[in-house]
Amino acid sequence: MSKRRFAFPYYIWMIIFIIVPLLLIIYYTFTDDSSGTVKLTFNNIKAIFDPLYLKVIWRSVYMSLIATVVCLVLGYPAAMILSNRDFSRKSTMLILIVLPMWMNFLLRTYSWLSLLENEGLINQFLGWLGLPQANLMYNNFAVILGMVYNFLPFMILPVYSVLVKIDKNVVEAAKDLGGNNLVVFRRIILPLSTPGIISGITMTFMPALSTFVISRLLSGGKISLIGNIIEQQFTVTGNWGFGSALSLFLMILIFVSMIFINKYGDESVGGGGLL
Amino acid sequence: MSKKIIELKSIYKKYGDIIAIDGVSLYIKEGEFLTLLGPSGCGKTTTLRIIGGFEQPDTGDVFFDGIRINDVPAYKRALNTVFQKYALFTHMNVGENIAFGPTIRKEDPAKIQQEVKQYLKVVNMEGFEDRDVSTLSGGQQQRVAIARALINKPKVLLLDEPLGALDLKLRKDMQDELKTMHKELGITFVYVTHDQEEALTLSDTVVVMNKGKILQIGTPVDIYNEPKNAFVAYFIGESNIIKSTMVRDCLVRIDGVDFECVDTGFGNDVPVDVVVRPEDIVLVSPDKAKLKGKVTLVTFKGVHYEIWVEGPSFEWKVHSTVPQMIGDELGITVDPYNIHVMHKDPAQMNPYEVNAKL
Repeated sequence: MSKRRFAFPYYIWMIIFIIVPLLLIIYYTFTDDSSGTVKLTFNNIKAIFDPLYLKVIWRSVYMSLIATVVCLVLGYPAAMILSNRDFSRKSTMLILIVLPMWMNFLLRTYSWLSLLENEGLINQFLGWLGLPQANLMYNNFAVILGMVYNFLPFMILPVYSVLVKIDKNVVEAAKDLGGNNLVVFRRIILPLSTPGIISGITMTFMPALSTFVISRLLSGGKISLIGNIIEQQFTVTGNWGFGSALSLFLMILIFVSMIFINKYGDESVGGGGLL
Repeated sequence: MSKKIIELKSIYKKYGDIIAIDGVSLYIKEGEFLTLLGPSGCGKTTTLRIIGGFEQPDTGDVFFDGIRINDVPAYKRALNTVFQKYALFTHMNVGENIAFGPTIRKEDPAKIQQEVKQYLKVVNMEGFEDRDVSTLSGGQQQRVAIARALINKPKVLLLDEPLGALDLKLRKDMQDELKTMHKELGITFVYVTHDQEEALTLSDTVVVMNKGKILQIGTPVDIYNEPKNAFVAYFIGESNIIKSTMVRDCLVRIDGVDFECVDTGFGNDVPVDVVVRPEDIVLVSPDKAKLKGKVTLVTFKGVHYEIWVEGPSFEWKVHSTVPQMIGDELGITVDPYNIHVMHKDPAQMNPYEVNAKL
């Protein structure tokens, strides 16, 4: 009983910063006050299913999925190298991985502009080599690159933290029982690190799906993701109802994908995951 | 009949500045139960890990069945290991754990199923194949680990303090089971422990190690009755280790009194260490013995009383079924064949630090 009292401040916190905003989003989604009186409406929900917006949603899912897969492909080996106890520069590497996160998010995304733009460093270097200029900016590639760059640490760290906890004896036992390195990885290390992979996927896919800064800066506003549309509704068009409906939709999308990921994870290991 | 299945030749291994193994040579005969015994940090586990292929010796050679296997990786060696902390695969159930070896060798699944059942029976865990390993007790987990190793029909089974995490009663039961398994399966067992009683109970051959060196190799009876130096005597069983002088052949001065003994060839008036086991001392009335002492402490130990008797320069530990009164004057007698004379070994740890007067 008394322990519950200590949880009281958190209830207040949750109510003010989580429950109330959520209720407001639901309220704005299903109401219309343009005529002066508040009416129940489903027009905001219907508007989402406009082919134009469905295309944006599909593009968001597609691009954040690619970014997540790239993060996994790059991040898992990095985490494995880091978790190797014979790797001597471990702490230096960890700091280098986390270091960009200390920098302002906008700043580090902006820095890619000066690298990628037509007169940027990369093209200058290509020119110096006598190679043709590459069009690196204002396309899907640039946006996915920005996502991978920003969210890679969120893939490496959870996978790393699971990998370092795997008992060295378990790996040795698998080798002892006749498993070569490939077998040990496929049958032991990979299944045991699934909780870390699930956390990593969750922590890269969710922010990638809802980002609007990366797509705006690195596509020069040419590529709209669901995050950009939501931002526009609140800051440009002032259509809070539709913006809320899109946010709600995005939340449901993330929620469903998390259930899916965790269910898959539960089948391959006994538990773990974020939900 | 019993050929050398494993042979180590002049193994050295250093970790940084620490010498883990300092010139170990030994051979293991096919079918025997050999125990590496010593205090923690003596190099026994490192020796086992070198046999298993988890560590490489800095210098020296490892032979298996006469073939040098230094460069053969662990997964290609025809031996299996049971780890101290079981090292079960937590994402698999009991059956899948045991089936791991045959499964990755792509054996027939029906045959694997049948073998899993067979080896569960060997370790007395019939019907557990579908259980989650996390629901098992420590003893059961260790049985699964043993079954998982045995199903591969290794020529040699390495056991790294497998009973270390179990409570006393369970440990005794498992010792009996291991001994039975060893007899029935005919596999060579190489066992690592710091528990001298376990080593004496289980082994055909005991290898006593300290500070990376082998001090003595012998049968449990040899090791107990004829320890080569004070450390072995101190480590195996309870003992009185007394700084003494070999007066001449068959006569040794212990605690200021000349005792007859059966040892010869030490020379005259040579300092030696003498071991007398507490159960070999007979307490008599003072007028019947040359060496006299006073009882300082009597403790009931169940099977016997532990009696401390203060002699002229040494406090004797005596095991006797007959209690004594503290303060009583008694005579100390030892039969000549129960006095074991050893050369002093300056290289080894001084057991007097631990065994000195309490």
